[in-house]
Amino acid sequence: MPQITLIEHNGASHTIEAETGKSLMQNAIDNAVPGIDADCGGACACGTCHVFVAADWLGATGEADAMEEAMLGMRPDRTEFSRLSCQIEVSDQLDGMVVQLPEFQM
Amino acid sequence: MNPMQTIPDARSIPLDEIDVSDPRLLEQDAWRPFFARLRAEDPVHFQANSPFGPFWSITRFKDIVAVDSDPDAFSSEPAIIIDDLTEDLPVEMFIAMDPPKHDIQRRAAQPVVAPQNLAAMEGLIRSRVVEILDSLPLGETFDWVERVSINLTTQMLATLFDFPFEERRKLTYWSDIASGTPEMTGGDVSEEERLAAMGECLETFTRIWHERRGREGAFDLISLLQRDPNTADMVDRPMEYLGNLMLLIVGGNDTTRNSMSGGVLALNENPAEYDKLRADPGLIPSMVSEIIRWQTPLAHMRRTATRDVEFGGKQIRKGDKVVMWYISGNRDESAIERADEFVIDRKNPRHHISFGFGIHRCMGNRLAEMQLRILWEEIMQRFHMVEVVGEPQRVRSNFVRGYASLPVRLHPL
Repeated sequence: MPQITLIEHNGASHTIEAETGKSLMQNAIDNAVPGIDADCGGACACGTCHVFVAADWLGATGEADAMEEAMLGMRPDRTEFSRLSCQIEVSDQLDGMVVQLPEFQM
Repeated sequence: MNPMQTIPDARSIPLDEIDVSDPRLLEQDAWRPFFARLRAEDPVHFQANSPFGPFWSITRFKDIVAVDSDPDAFSSEPAIIIDDLTEDLPVEMFIAMDPPKHDIQRRAAQPVVAPQNLAAMEGLIRSRVVEILDSLPLGETFDWVERVSINLTTQMLATLFDFPFEERRKLTYWSDIASGTPEMTGGDVSEEERLAAMGECLETFTRIWHERRGREGAFDLISLLQRDPNTADMVDRPMEYLGNLMLLIVGGNDTTRNSMSGGVLALNENPAEYDKLRADPGLIPSMVSEIIRWQTPLAHMRRTATRDVEFGGKQIRKGDKVVMWYISGNRDESAIERADEFVIDRKNPRHHISFGFGIHRCMGNRLAEMQLRILWEEIMQRFHMVEVVGEPQRVRSNFVRGYASLPVRLHPL
């Protein structure tokens, strides 16, 4: 199982054994990582599972599609490292990945 | 709908005679069996006849998310209520715009309700809540809607706009008028009254805009619009300015107000949940989401098909009105367990549809949640019970699910 580290805005770090084939959002929720709301349940429709992917890992997470781009565009804190974690499917390639959580979800 | 007729029996009426645009369904709290039937028998339902013309009703949670997530096929223009807006007042607001114009205007207004800005406002909101609650009479009947819900949301709105505080009731009046005509939502406001009120609103805010120009560092909505290059000259486009003002006034007023009243009613109808809350006030954040789901203060949002679309086995034609019934999605058992029940410690209380989904998802959702959370935190510090002592009077509308009055009596701790 790939290990993924999620770092809260306050610096608290959570390294989880992620399940492949599931989204990063679902893995975070299953492991009770705080800071991800996922109000829509993974439909790329609420923007409340926003994460910042470490620069080295951004390419490995794939490209955001048009819908994800539109949802990210609503976030005042969006950066070039922004992704919605419900749209990142965990694979063995992501073993060791680090993502930062934003100060807030909205 | 004929106002002289009684509401038909939802279980026996032929499907093609059901009129979910009838504003009495919300006014008389008679909507549940109609939507339950549509969800079960015809979840993507075409209604050929209504006072607002033909329209599709989307009633299941998943289908609503799908429509809300597809702004290419389902446009928010020209209007997001069942009726097309009257031509007398062609206001433009970003809730009723598609990308890219929508995105630009929304981004300009968004920072005012971003959580950092909200955190700075929390102390002020709490002090206003405390002041209102401490002024309420004990042991006598009064109207919760008037004394608490309207009072508090109006103060909040005045704060967000930095509107002259002593004139703040005007904001409530404009909000009530804005969507209340029979043509628009089945309400009882005359078109003349609406036009006069909207004119007054525009005039007032145009004056405020000019007085405020050049003020630095302020975080009220007007100052934010002035600072953003994309909206800095919005005052020169009066229908756009008025449209966005009305969006923010209605969006920040009716919705939270009615959730403030609805929460009191829900707890009274579910005394075991009230007991849970007394035993563990830590449930307040979860209860706030449940109140917003249970109340669903806006019953629907409408889209218009930009092309022929096959959806849920039905053929939707270009130009058809497509109405997403949030009030129904929030009662959909296939998406939410025990959907008809009010349960303040649900496993996943944020998974509701009241804020909508997709690019038009409610911008002020965190502000609404914060206001409700603070209100209930302070109520639980003071009162054993806010007891509902009479029937609530509900608003006649097919859009706003709200209360005109809610008689209560307070029981101190």
